[in-house]
Amino acid sequence: MPTVRVYVTLKPSLLDSAGRTVTDSLQKLGFDEVKDARIGKVIEMVVEPYDEARVREMGERLLANPVIENFRIEVAG
Amino acid sequence: MKVAVVRFPGANCDQDALWSLRDDLGLGAEYVWHEDTSLAGFDAVILPGGFSYGDYLRCGAIAARAPIMTEVARFAQEGRYVIGVCNGFQVLCEAGLLPGALLLNKDQKFLCQDVYLRAENRTSPWTEAVDHILRIPIAHGEGRYVCDDLTLARLTSEDRIAFRYVDSEGRQTEESNPNGSVDSIAGVLNDAGNVLGMMPHPERATRKLLGSDDGRQILAALCRVRA
Repeated sequence: MPTVRVYVTLKPSLLDSAGRTVTDSLQKLGFDEVKDARIGKVIEMVVEPYDEARVREMGERLLANPVIENFRIEVAG
Repeated sequence: MKVAVVRFPGANCDQDALWSLRDDLGLGAEYVWHEDTSLAGFDAVILPGGFSYGDYLRCGAIAARAPIMTEVARFAQEGRYVIGVCNGFQVLCEAGLLPGALLLNKDQKFLCQDVYLRAENRTSPWTEAVDHILRIPIAHGEGRYVCDDLTLARLTSEDRIAFRYVDSEGRQTEESNPNGSVDSIAGVLNDAGNVLGMMPHPERATRKLLGSDDGRQILAALCRVRA
């Protein structure tokens, strides 16, 4: 059965305060190459039958808040 | 006059809301379950604070899709009074009844402290009785109000910013903004002014014994509703 992943990310224009903490922490561990880290979430679903339009609707109606977040869909097969 | 106190699983300010309305403001108040589909017999609605559905997905996201919210939206549309406090504010934003959203505080910390509020709008039912700088507690981890520039310009030009975080003298400074909210916004109104969302807790400040009774100046709106 198809596994569908919906990746939800905070819009780039918004301060991700948790992501900033991760950035600081990685830099303190010596990972100086990390210039920025942002935290999103992945919602992994088993969807049968898979219909991209319906998963898009799930993203728009519940999984992401269009005021603050973007999302993209990935089908893992 | 009877106020509906909506209970979502995970709410924890519902009792504070009910008893402050009953004991301190002398109003009728009853709980309404989130799965209920009617607000018949009620004259106003309060969405109390807490952690509805454990804040899963996003604060207020699941509660905003609860059956009772269809009725709350209709109530708001009719011009009746709706107030969302803390998690209730998050629910109103998630439900699209108020613009914007609430994000993790600027410094990531859960903040539990008194703040000072300046009423910006002075004509809505929720703010018209406010006659001084209010001292009211906040208790939230995700109270940083955000909205896009266009929305902020609209809120400002339409006089829909209900409250801003200020210092005890009423000055808006960076230090007086506890969570990093855009433009120090602590509460906003819908376009008609009958729906208020705010992060500070007026129901926790309705008698001197609790440290402040400034919350009464906001909740007084409910006392003026004709049943």
